[in-house]
This record gives sequence, C-alpha cells and structure tokens, in this order.
Amino acid sequence: MSLKRSILDLRKRKDEVRLGGGDKAIEKQVAQGKMTARQRIISIVDEGSFHEYDMFVEHVGTDFNMGNKVLAGDGVVIGTGTIDGSPICIYAQDFTVEGGSLGLMHARKITKIMDHALKMRMPLIGINDSGGARIQEGVNSLAGYGEIFFRNTLSSGVIPQISVILGPCAGGAVYSPALTDFVFVVENISKMFITGPAVIKSVLGEDITMEALGGARVHAETTGNAHFYALSENECFDQIKTLISYIPRSNSQKATKIEPREPKFKTKIENIVPADARMPYDIRDIIRSVTDGSEFFEIMELFAANIVIGFGRMNGETVGFVANQPMVLAGVLDCDSSDKAARFIRYCDAFNIPIVTLEDMPGYLPGVDQEHAGVIRHGAKILYAYSEATVPKITVIIRKAYGGGYIAMNSRHLRADFVFAWPTAEIAVMGPEGAANIVFRKEIAEAADPESMRQQKIQEYKDKFANPFVAASRGYIDEVIEPQETRNILLHALQVSANKDIQSPVKKHGIPPF
Amino acid sequence: MSEQEKEQVIVIGGSEYVTTYTKKFINRKVWTDPNPNNVVSYIPGTILEIKVEEGQQVEEGEVILILEAMKMSNSVEMPFDGKVVKINVVKGQKIPKDYLMIEIEPTN
Repeated sequence: MSLKRSILDLRKRKDEVRLGGGDKAIEKQVAQGKMTARQRIISIVDEGSFHEYDMFVEHVGTDFNMGNKVLAGDGVVIGTGTIDGSPICIYAQDFTVEGGSLGLMHARKITKIMDHALKMRMPLIGINDSGGARIQEGVNSLAGYGEIFFRNTLSSGVIPQISVILGPCAGGAVYSPALTDFVFVVENISKMFITGPAVIKSVLGEDITMEALGGARVHAETTGNAHFYALSENECFDQIKTLISYIPRSNSQKATKIEPREPKFKTKIENIVPADARMPYDIRDIIRSVTDGSEFFEIMELFAANIVIGFGRMNGETVGFVANQPMVLAGVLDCDSSDKAARFIRYCDAFNIPIVTLEDMPGYLPGVDQEHAGVIRHGAKILYAYSEATVPKITVIIRKAYGGGYIAMNSRHLRADFVFAWPTAEIAVMGPEGAANIVFRKEIAEAADPESMRQQKIQEYKDKFANPFVAASRGYIDEVIEPQETRNILLHALQVSANKDIQSPVKKHGIPPF
Repeated sequence: MSEQEKEQVIVIGGSEYVTTYTKKFINRKVWTDPNPNNVVSYIPGTILEIKVEEGQQVEEGEVILILEAMKMSNSVEMPFDGKVVKINVVKGQKIPKDYLMIEIEPTN
C-alpha cells in the first residue's frame, strides 16, 4: 500500500475509535447532560495540546461471548497535554463503550499513564465515568483495580493526583478517587457509593435514591469525600484549571509564582471582628483582606464548615490557609473539622506550600455523639499534622484561643515558626465564664450575692487572662500586632521563612491516628 | 432562610456564642440511656425463628431468637437469667436496625 493510502487508512481507523461506543451511545450520554470522554479532555487541556495514546488497545475478554465484541480503546482515553502551559497526564473513562466498565487492558492503559505521570513528575487527572468492574472479565478486572490503587498510593505526595467524578463510580472503583488528593463532583452527574440502592434495599430493607445515597451534594456536604462541588461540567473544569494554577507540578518544585497584587477587599480589616466577643463574623473576610487580589480558592466549602481551608497567594506565591470559622458552630474543633484540616496540612507539607493559620476558636464541640464518634483520636490528627509539617508555619490569633484548641491550632509548642496575636486575642485555658465557675467556685458559693460575685469574678478573669499578654510574657507569642499590619507582617514572615530547612528524626514514617 | 442559616446560640466552656449550626449538628443523635430489658436489633434483617414464648423463664446464654442478616443467621442470646415479658415480632417479619424485638426482665 502506498504511504498516502496507509495514511488515509490510519485516519479512518482513528476516526472509528474516536466514535467510542457509536452515535447512539453518544446520544444517550449527551441526553443525560454528560459530555463525552474526549470532549471532557479537550475542555480541560490547552487548545491543541492533547495527544492520545493506546487508541488501538483491544480488550482481552473471551468468556461470555466477549471475543466477538469490538470495544474502542477498551473504554478509556489516555494521553498527555498541558494546562496553562504546564504538562499533565490525563485519562477519561468512556461510558459509551461497554458502560465504561473496567477490563484488564482498560486498567493497563490507566496504569500506563499513571506510571508516566510518576516518572515524569507531573500532575495526574483521572475522569471517572464507569459502570464498574467488567464482570465478564472476572478477576482480571479486580487485578486491574488493584494495580490502579497501588499506583495511586505510590504517587501520593509525589505528584498531585486529581479525580473528577463525571458519572457513576461505584463499588471497588470508588477507592481510586478516595486515594487521590482532590475529588471533584458535579451536581446530578456524580454518583459515588460502595453498595448501590438496589443492593441496600434487598439486603437491609433501607429505601434510598441514588442521589440521596451518593450524589454530588451528599459527598460535598456530608461524607467529606469530595473537595470541590460544581453545578455543571464546565464549572468543574474551570475549578480544575484554577487548582492546577495554585499547586506545584510535583513535590520537588514550588508552585508557579505570579505577579504580586494588593488586596482589594471592601471592608477594612480592623472593622471585620465585632466588638462583642459573642458575635460571629466570616473568617474568610479576614483571609481576603490579606491575600493578593483578595483571592481565596476555598476547598471543601460545604463540609465541616466550622473550619476553612484553601489556597491564596501572598506576594505572588501560593500559601495554604487554615482558619476557624466563628460563623459556624462558633468555630469549634470537632471530628470532621480536624479531619479536614489535618489532610490539607499534610498536603501543603508534602508539596512545599507554607501554611498560614488564623485562629478564633472556643474549644472542642461537646456532645455524646462527638465523644462516641472518637473526637479524641480525630482531634489528634490536627495536632499530628501540624507537628509533623516542616514547611513554614505562621499563626495569627485573631480572637479566642482556649484550651486544647490553642495548642492544636499551630501554636509555638507545635513548632510554629511565627505566632502573632491581635490585641483582641484571648489566650487562656478556657473562657471567663467557665473559668470563674471553677476557680472561684468557693468564693461565689460563700458570697452574700452569688450572682454579682460571679460577674465580678468573670470580669477579674477577663481582665487578667483574656488577652494576649500573658502568653506574650512567656514568649509563646512572638508579637502582638495591630490588625491593619497583618498582611505586611505575614509577607515579611513568609519572606524570611523561605529557606526553612529542618530535619525530622530518621524514621520510616510515624503512626498518625488514622 | 434555611435551618442552617438561622442564627443560634451555642455554649462552649460556659461561654455563650452567637453562630449558625451545621446540618450534621442539627440532625445529631441525642443520647438516651439504653434499657437493659430491651432486646433490640443491631442490624436490619428477617426474623427466622422465635425460640421462646411470652412468660417463659430463660437462663443466661440461651438462644431466644434467630435473625437472618447479611446472608448469615445470627443467634440472639438471653443476656441474664430472666423472664420473657413481651414478643413484638413474628416469624418471617423484616425489621430495621434498633427495632425493639423482645422485652425481658430479670428474675429476682
């Protein structure tokens, strides 16, 4: 065959593969409001930058008449491309081909691109849209999943791994996203669960819809399995691109530095915190008052909203923020918020991102449900994560810092590099009311007017202890600062910490309270 | 305004704070002391066999009921020497978790 004919033949073959499961299957996919695998990839990567590999890989199933079937690319599209000029590896399961089910070769294509991402030290984006294991291939499907999960773990902390759930992701398949760094879900499209509604109904008699069991909102708000929630696939892709712009390509690089900008937040920072210590405010207002361009990319916004995590930029460089949210549950620490913060702290530590902590929390959430859920060992996670982190760690105590929470929120004792406090900071073992009841119990009980004695003692305690100066007198606080100085002081602290280099004692790894 | 956006008060360490509640906090299970005389199902399932009658004296450790769940048959034993007061289930009945199956009382 002449070269010209071969090329025409090649193009014809590629066009056939690109049709995936065929026009009808594509119509069905679009009718459900979902894009096709290749459309999704093209929407994420820079225009013209996508190169696909393994288009002609064929499945190996022979049982159950599978030998007669032709499955384009065995149901998955893999390749490399760039996002904003940064190289990335990407794969997208193709629901139009045999329901996107995972067979051995399908899995091998995914592991090929995963190996590539790890070797070349670049981010991996996985778009999940699959009916699950291809039952006809039996144990081979399980082997495929195993190989994927192992590589997720091997690459964890080396390259950023992102999972996008754009369809069903059920049973064993759901463990790959669980092992990755960030999970993106889209309303009405994402479905994640271990056992589906049908099985739950037949075995346990519990009736629940797919959406209520494992829809996007459920994972963004209740289970904490999702980190980003979008209302459409396009919104999701924008979120992915934004995330990639904030994080480094691998653990041996720093994130891209951009032009520094001044914040442009409407309220002055000194007017954000109410004078009445009982009243709440949005901690994100303070974050936006100090970050470049007042931009803050929040992560896990709907889950454990009593703590806020996300990325911002200071002097053009990415910084991770962890902040108590007084507007939700008074900013207490509890099981979910400790979990949420701890994983984020470890992520920043793994990828050389400095951490700024803003503190305003009254303690841990009381309750039998919290205690029985293990607030002790979950709460320990945040202590562990802060202590272990060797990136620059800077804390600003805005208002309350009581008891165990004071220690947990990156105090000097957990080797924070700098701890600053506003004049409104109250650093004490507990709040004035609680303390007065315990320390002055006898005086109050024996007083002629117990209530006014109680008020007097509360005021005494407030004057003596509810301030930053007692802690400052011991050097636990490095400096008491005025609110409007916060940004400049953070910029300076980050600048002088840029070359931080400390070693932990030699060990294979610690044993965090998983 | 949704339940979550409503301003609420929470008391931490004796001090009061104005804030909002989360959905999980609003829906949290409130603790009630378990009644030792209530034999309650710990898993949803089907009643396979009821081995006792109301009024019967039973010794500690005897199997009083067999519950089929997760394709296994689970034997429910008498937790202490006592009497069967009331049986709230029938053979073949499908029950959810935390269902009060049998009420007993200790002998003394």
